[in-house]
Amino acid sequence: MTISYTLLGLLEKETRHGYDLKQSYDRRFGAARPLRFGQVYRTLAQLVRDGLVSVAAIEPGAGPERKRYEITPEGVTDLERWLSEPENPKPGLQTVLFTKVVLALLSGRSAESFLDAQRAKHLAVMRELTRQRRDAAAAQDALLADYQLFHIEADLRWIDHAAGRLGTLAEEVR
Amino acid sequence: MMLTAHNLHKSFGPTPALRGAELSVEKGELVAVMGPSGSGKSTLLHCLAGILTPDEGEVVFDGRRVDRLSDRERSMLRRARFGFVFQFGQLVPELPLLENIALPLLLSGQSRRAAIGAAWQWLPRLGLDGLAHRLPGELSGGQGQRTAIARALIAKPDMVFADEPTGALDSVAADQVMELLVDAARAEGAGVVIVTHEPRVAAYADRTVIVRDGRVAEPERV
Repeated sequence: MTISYTLLGLLEKETRHGYDLKQSYDRRFGAARPLRFGQVYRTLAQLVRDGLVSVAAIEPGAGPERKRYEITPEGVTDLERWLSEPENPKPGLQTVLFTKVVLALLSGRSAESFLDAQRAKHLAVMRELTRQRRDAAAAQDALLADYQLFHIEADLRWIDHAAGRLGTLAEEVR
Repeated sequence: MMLTAHNLHKSFGPTPALRGAELSVEKGELVAVMGPSGSGKSTLLHCLAGILTPDEGEVVFDGRRVDRLSDRERSMLRRARFGFVFQFGQLVPELPLLENIALPLLLSGQSRRAAIGAAWQWLPRLGLDGLAHRLPGELSGGQGQRTAIARALIAKPDMVFADEPTGALDSVAADQVMELLVDAARAEGAGVVIVTHEPRVAAYADRTVIVRDGRVAEPERV
C-alpha cells in the first residue's frame, strides 16, 4: 500500500521510467529494504489499471522498449487524500509516517499539518487507552493497555522530534 | 468560560516567549499544554495563573481581568481561587507534611485547628496515611507530589495549575500522581491546566493544546 503511494509521490514531481523510479525509491525510502524490479513493475501495472498512473510515452531503447509513466489527476487526488489522512496508531507504523513526511516535503505540501493531524490522532487514542486502563477490572488488562500506551508514546516522541527538524529536512529533500 | 487568554504577548528582554497566545478553559475542564522546550508553555501557564503579567493581551478569569489587577489583588486571587503543583513539589522543608497541606488555609486566616483538621481529611484520599508528621525531605518523590496535590486542592480552588508535576517521577509514580490529581480535581470541580512534555501525562486531560513559537495550536479542533 505504502509502496503504491510512494511511487505516486515520486511520479508527481516528474514523469519517470520504471528503472528511475526504483533508483529514486531506494535512495530515499529503501535504506532498510530496497525494491525489487518485479515489485516496481507489478505496482505500476496495478496503478495503471486503477487509472492513477498512465503511460506517457513508449521510447525505443537499446534493449526492450521503455515506458515513461506519469501520474493522472485521479492519482494526484488519491495521493493527496492519503497524505492528509492521519494513520491509526499500530505497531510498525514508523515507515508510513516517515514516508508521508518525506513525500509531503518533496511535493511542497505541509508536512507540519500532517504531523499535527497525526499527533491529534495519537493523543486521542492515548486518551482512550488511558481511560480503558483506569477502568480495567484486572491488573493484567491495565498492563496490556500500558504496553500499547508506551508504544504510541514512542511514535509521538518521534512526531514531535520530526516536527522540530522539518526545516533541515526540507532543505535536504529538495 | 472559566479562564480565557487572548492575544498574549510576553518577552524577557529581547526574547519573545509568547506571541499572540490564545487559550480557553471551561469550568472543570482538564487541559494539557505540550510543546518543545522554550516554546513558551510555562510562560503561558504563569500568565494564566497571574504569576506573570503579559506585556500585551488579556487574561480573564471568572469575568475579571487578571492582567489588570494590582500585585496585591493578584496574590489574593491566587491564594483564594487557584492551586499550584510544581515539578519539585516546592513544599516548605521545615514543615511536616500535614502542615504543608494545611498551609493555604492557614495563610487565608483559618484557625490552626480547622486547617489541620481539613488537612487530615486529605491523607487517605492521596494515599498519605501514616506520613502526617514526616518532613518533605523524608518523603519519596511521588509522596511529595501527592502532598503538593492535597495542598493545591485543600482551599477548594476553581483552577489548578500544574507545571511538569510528574517531571521528576518514574512512570509508575507518575501514573499514580496523575490518577489522584485527576480524580481529586474532578471531585472538587476544579479546572486543571497542566504543562507537560510527556504524552502519557497529557492523555489524562480532556484535550491537549500545543504551544509552538509562543502561539497555541489546537490540533484536535482542526
